[in-house]
Amino acid sequence: MSNKARSSQLDFLNGDEAVAYGAKLCRPHVVAVYPITPQTIVVERIAEFVANNLMTCEYIHVESEHSAMCAAMGASLVGARAFTATSSQGLAYMHEMLHYVSGSRFPIVMMNANRTLAAPWNIFGDQRDSLAQRDTGWIQVYVENGQEALDMIIQAYAVAEDDRVYTPVMVNLDGFVNTHTFELVAIPEQKDVDEFLPPFKSKNAIDFNHPRSFCMTAATEWNMEFRYQQQEAMNQAKEVIAEVDRRFGDKFGRYYGGLVEEVRCQDAEVVLIGMGSVAGTSRVVVDKLRDKGWKVGLLKLRFYRPFPIEYFKGLSPKVKAVGIIDRDISFGYEGALASDIKAALTSASAPPKVINFIAGIAGRDITKENIEEMYNKLFNLTQGKEEKELQFIGLRW
Amino acid sequence: MVKVKELTDQEYLYGHKACPGCGLGTIGRLALKILGPRTIVALPASCMSTVTTQYPQMNYSVPSLTMAFAGTGAVLTGMSAGLKAQGITDVHVLGLAGDGGTADIGLQALSGAVERGDDFIYICYDNEAYMNTGVQRSSLTPIGAHTTNSPAGTASFGEKKPKKNLFEIMIAHRIPYAATASSAYPYDFMNKVEKAKGIAGPKFIHIMCPCPTGWGFASDLTVEIRKLAVETGMWYLAEYENGKVKMNLVPKKMKPVEEYLRPQRRFRHLTAENIKLIEEHRDREWRLIREKWLVKL
Repeated sequence: MSNKARSSQLDFLNGDEAVAYGAKLCRPHVVAVYPITPQTIVVERIAEFVANNLMTCEYIHVESEHSAMCAAMGASLVGARAFTATSSQGLAYMHEMLHYVSGSRFPIVMMNANRTLAAPWNIFGDQRDSLAQRDTGWIQVYVENGQEALDMIIQAYAVAEDDRVYTPVMVNLDGFVNTHTFELVAIPEQKDVDEFLPPFKSKNAIDFNHPRSFCMTAATEWNMEFRYQQQEAMNQAKEVIAEVDRRFGDKFGRYYGGLVEEVRCQDAEVVLIGMGSVAGTSRVVVDKLRDKGWKVGLLKLRFYRPFPIEYFKGLSPKVKAVGIIDRDISFGYEGALASDIKAALTSASAPPKVINFIAGIAGRDITKENIEEMYNKLFNLTQGKEEKELQFIGLRW
Repeated sequence: MVKVKELTDQEYLYGHKACPGCGLGTIGRLALKILGPRTIVALPASCMSTVTTQYPQMNYSVPSLTMAFAGTGAVLTGMSAGLKAQGITDVHVLGLAGDGGTADIGLQALSGAVERGDDFIYICYDNEAYMNTGVQRSSLTPIGAHTTNSPAGTASFGEKKPKKNLFEIMIAHRIPYAATASSAYPYDFMNKVEKAKGIAGPKFIHIMCPCPTGWGFASDLTVEIRKLAVETGMWYLAEYENGKVKMNLVPKKMKPVEEYLRPQRRFRHLTAENIKLIEEHRDREWRLIREKWLVKL
């Protein structure tokens, strides 16, 4: 990521507010949101923008998250740009609608504040809510900080509305660590965003001159063909995500690397992989260990779907051990990221040894010490010492 | 008032796959003739969506959307808001949903949409059970009806609970316009759609839609059964507007409920005692109607 000086206003915002500003800059016609901690500030800020004439949209007070996604879908059907936001239980509640929206190819953008799922009930962050939506056909991106949150809302529309994609995008922020942490965030100029993201002219909307049935029944004879097209769109999205990132960087001076971002991975012997806010903490540890001469790297996995399998296939044979940080667990097996990454690594020229670290569950901090401990364990592996394949980090006992 | 000679020849719902004798096709067809080509139809999982939107044979010549079971009200809201945000004001947004999709799983979304005052027309075609899945009871199944999950048996006379009153639920929302209808009275129905068309905000029409397959009667008896429902007082035609209910048709003398129940397989197990119970229930309902809505001031 580079930071060229561009004309934009710097504000002290939390992640939710950054999302609200991002949404505002995209000029959605319709915003349908239902409040849930820790997403609520997004709902509030957008309501304030509308109440003060800083934003023009139809702001719908839906009565549930299921209805939020239904309303967004109805809006997209008539050619409107639609935005919504949710978290955790709310995301689970709208699960059915996620399939409807992706299956009928409506390019809706949603922010999700990653929060654990009950029970035991808890409002703090982990990523099990969105990872459990893996097969809903949504593009999923995980951001590290407020700036990336704002920028990715804008990029998300550019990706979703691309002719080759027409697939909804979910922008994930770690609950509280991202959503409630204040940082200096550059708010781009409206005219620059307008140039980057032109008004939405949906190709998947009603047309009274050519009436079509949307989201219709497709029986066994045709259903698989629709699914094939969804898969093709996801594959195309990989290219589009990279293009949009470059175009965004050229315009606003901030590049994020597309599907993944490598942090000091060149010549690295051990690499930690994580998504979301944990990347921020890990950067500091990587720098510290590098100063000591340790050959460590960090891979920030930005997109979970489409999954960057190409990166893992092409992983450098110099990498001897990989640690995968999962802020989730698929009970009875391992972390969701670990399953995908381990499968992908079997295609690498020299598959590294792997440890899956389960950490940061339900808002538990992943500290610098935790990260350092993970790197130590990975070095143990490279030196032929035994390490368990699945480890809970920071467990009380 | 709708004039039959002025009705359009254009069909907006054509070639559907509904069972012979089903009233559903007529309801969609007539409603769309009144609303015209600039209408968008939203259909939740239901008989209506199943028999009209099987890819690649699409039966609407207006845009349509098949929806999740629970979300009809909310998707109507989204369509209405999306049109408004783009300055489009000459389009009708129509929901066509069954009794289960409206009174059970879809009630929350419908209540939300009506409470918000969004602009749409919602028609609930009521065939009094989950017919699309093979005749399971809904909260609009009448007392005494045999369905596949409220079967009549040695310890049961079928559905135990009387029909929920959807019309009054809508009235409780102070909705700008609500009506009940029956397609045995097509003018009445079309006039109600015509009236709804001219009113801003949410409009709700609850229309009786007998189901030959699920209720068990010959497919040529559909209109007769619908008429008997009204003539025996088991269904009524009414409107709610400007805070007042108007009864459109009050039978001078109610026919015995038996005349309505006997031709239907779903009621054939009922004993004379059961029928008496149903008749008492009907009389109680009409007493309430008379007290609330037929009082001359």
